[in-house]
Amino acid sequence: MIKRLFNFHGGIKPASHKSESADAPIRPAPLPHRLIVPLRQNARASARCIVETGERVLKGQRIGEAEGTLGTAVHAPTSGHVVDIAEHPMAHPSGLDTLCVVIEPDGEEAWIEHAPFDYRSQGRLATLTWLRDCGIVGMGGAAFPSHIKLGSGKGMDTLIINGAECEPWITCDDRLMRERAAGIMAGVRILRELLGARRVLVGVEDNKPEALQSMREAARADTDIEVLSVPTLYPAGGEKQLIRVLTGIEIPHGKLGSEYGVQCFNVGTAHAVHRAIEHGEPLLSRVVTLTGNMAQPANYEVLVGTPIEHLLPLAEPREDTDRYLLGGPMMGFALPDLSVPILKGSNCVIAASPALFPPPQPELACIRCGACARACPADLQPFELYWFSRSRNFGKAQEYHLFDCIECGCCAYVCPSHIPLVDYYRFAKSEIWARERDVKAADQARERFEFRNYRQEREKAEKAARLAAKAAETKAKLAQKPAGADGDAAAQGEAAAEDPKKALIAAALARAKAQKAAVQPRNTDNLSPEKQAEIAEIEARRATADTGTEPSRAASEEKS
Amino acid sequence: MLTALLIMTGIALILGAALGYASIRFKVEGDPLVEKIDAILPQTQCGQCGYPGCKPYAEAIANGEADINQCPPGGEEGIRALADLLGREFKPLSEEHGVEKPKSVAYIDEQTCIGCTLCIQACPVDAIVGAAKQMHTVVDPLCTGCELCVAPCPVDCITMEPIGETIENWKWKYPVIEIRKAQ
Repeated sequence: MIKRLFNFHGGIKPASHKSESADAPIRPAPLPHRLIVPLRQNARASARCIVETGERVLKGQRIGEAEGTLGTAVHAPTSGHVVDIAEHPMAHPSGLDTLCVVIEPDGEEAWIEHAPFDYRSQGRLATLTWLRDCGIVGMGGAAFPSHIKLGSGKGMDTLIINGAECEPWITCDDRLMRERAAGIMAGVRILRELLGARRVLVGVEDNKPEALQSMREAARADTDIEVLSVPTLYPAGGEKQLIRVLTGIEIPHGKLGSEYGVQCFNVGTAHAVHRAIEHGEPLLSRVVTLTGNMAQPANYEVLVGTPIEHLLPLAEPREDTDRYLLGGPMMGFALPDLSVPILKGSNCVIAASPALFPPPQPELACIRCGACARACPADLQPFELYWFSRSRNFGKAQEYHLFDCIECGCCAYVCPSHIPLVDYYRFAKSEIWARERDVKAADQARERFEFRNYRQEREKAEKAARLAAKAAETKAKLAQKPAGADGDAAAQGEAAAEDPKKALIAAALARAKAQKAAVQPRNTDNLSPEKQAEIAEIEARRATADTGTEPSRAASEEKS
Repeated sequence: MLTALLIMTGIALILGAALGYASIRFKVEGDPLVEKIDAILPQTQCGQCGYPGCKPYAEAIANGEADINQCPPGGEEGIRALADLLGREFKPLSEEHGVEKPKSVAYIDEQTCIGCTLCIQACPVDAIVGAAKQMHTVVDPLCTGCELCVAPCPVDCITMEPIGETIENWKWKYPVIEIRKAQ
């Protein structure tokens, strides 16, 4: 049966450049001298370190525990010693530091004990926790935790497996599908069961016939898994675009595919799920394409935490390389530092030269041609977003669905004025996020300030009430027994009947007197005659100096 | 003539009743203007404006007692937002109330802290934890950077540390065309 496919709006056809590295089989990258494993795998969440410097770790041992709702675990990619836990630059456009565990491999590759996970008998929740603790995140680039995407397991109709790999140059998913289709399919079956989806659609762009072939073969036995060839058009691998092409469902602005019964996973993620469930192996490595201005473009299986500068010599970058891009040429970013480690979401390193990637031409004024709107796959009005972002009119930009922009770069690609449109959208998005954070912090501060004021008022009132109650109590007590044992106190008590403050003082005086009479310094018994004489002398001296000392102070002086 | 008068009186009575009913039925609690001003203020609760907190300052602005340029933490952007809301002219931050500083949080040097609780009492948002003769510490996500705890400390162990850029709060910069030196 030939399924009818649908089209999404816009899209572009940049030169694909897949042939450079598509024929290079996946090879394991040699072990680096040092692995720098960031505890943070994306900008949203960081794991909590659970190892110490000097500790020996085994391959697959958990070194970071999942923290927060979007947290996932991080593992030691090989056996060795933790030599440092320190801040280190991360593969992020900012080039800022994040906490990393530095491991010196011992070359033994000694695995921690691991066994397959029986997800059928353990139940859904335990399986999702297992995936989280295996550090399974989306391998398509965003590194979003997969256990969150698997959600509640209700209301899902279609599972989409994304093998489109629409960005130019990248071939890691292509190679994975060619070489490990059986593993991917095993992962797809697990995902389908966990999601409770009725059908599975695997989308592969038609420029990867070998991958299509091997995926079809792997899925031959399954009647509910369809492997479909998708026309090559960037960005067919975008989540909403692939959903549109395969199912015809158009996800409205501001909504997610899961709200329409569709969930999307990358082929790499499916493979990682298969390794985690059927082999009990956490996510330790990924396939990375090394391409661009290189003599030996290649695909390597790279351990998470391998510094990029260690990988580059493997593909022999040419001399005129002036910078390196992480990710594809459309959505990736120039690496600020080559010592940064590979993350779970790093799919491709491209060597860029002025010949391959000419420097951007100077930005000209927008001529309102509308080419960007025709190219936008998210059905947005990029020129409007550009004007609003440029003038910092963020409210208006949000009204025009700025947050539906997937930053695919189609608009900037077609712009005849060479405006870096995506840079403006990214700027506007991060400004809006910063403002939202500020507003949240301000609301919290307001609430805490108001609560503190309320608490202070309450404490004041409580204290006043307590004092009043105590005064009333004393007053009542004194009124009850006007003639006490002590005639002096009784006289004072009578006088105090009119004045509660005086009553309090009188009561305190009486208490002190009683205490004075009762307390006998303990160390005055059985003393030698000399000591007694000494004490008497001191007492006499004190009597001449000061007549009104307290017994307790006298006792302490005696002790010394 | 009389009918006309009666009709007019009748209409007046009906409308008056409707207005009276509406004023009771749709009564707005509190001053919405104060709320709007308070929403713009940064809630630092630092008192640099001369009022004990952001809400009292918002009330003072609404009553016309205070000017809109007395809030250093809100900075120029805050003044612009207030000017926009109140339909007034923008004016630069009044110097007697302080200067705009980068956002920072209080940091207690735990080696020096003697546990006197004075800073805990000074903190307007209860962001300092500790007890008498116990070490104190600042819960930094809650700290507004108001600096009110700095002065009361008898051993000067509190310093203000600017909030650095992290991956979580990093922002994309405004796209600018790089000016390169002519070769």
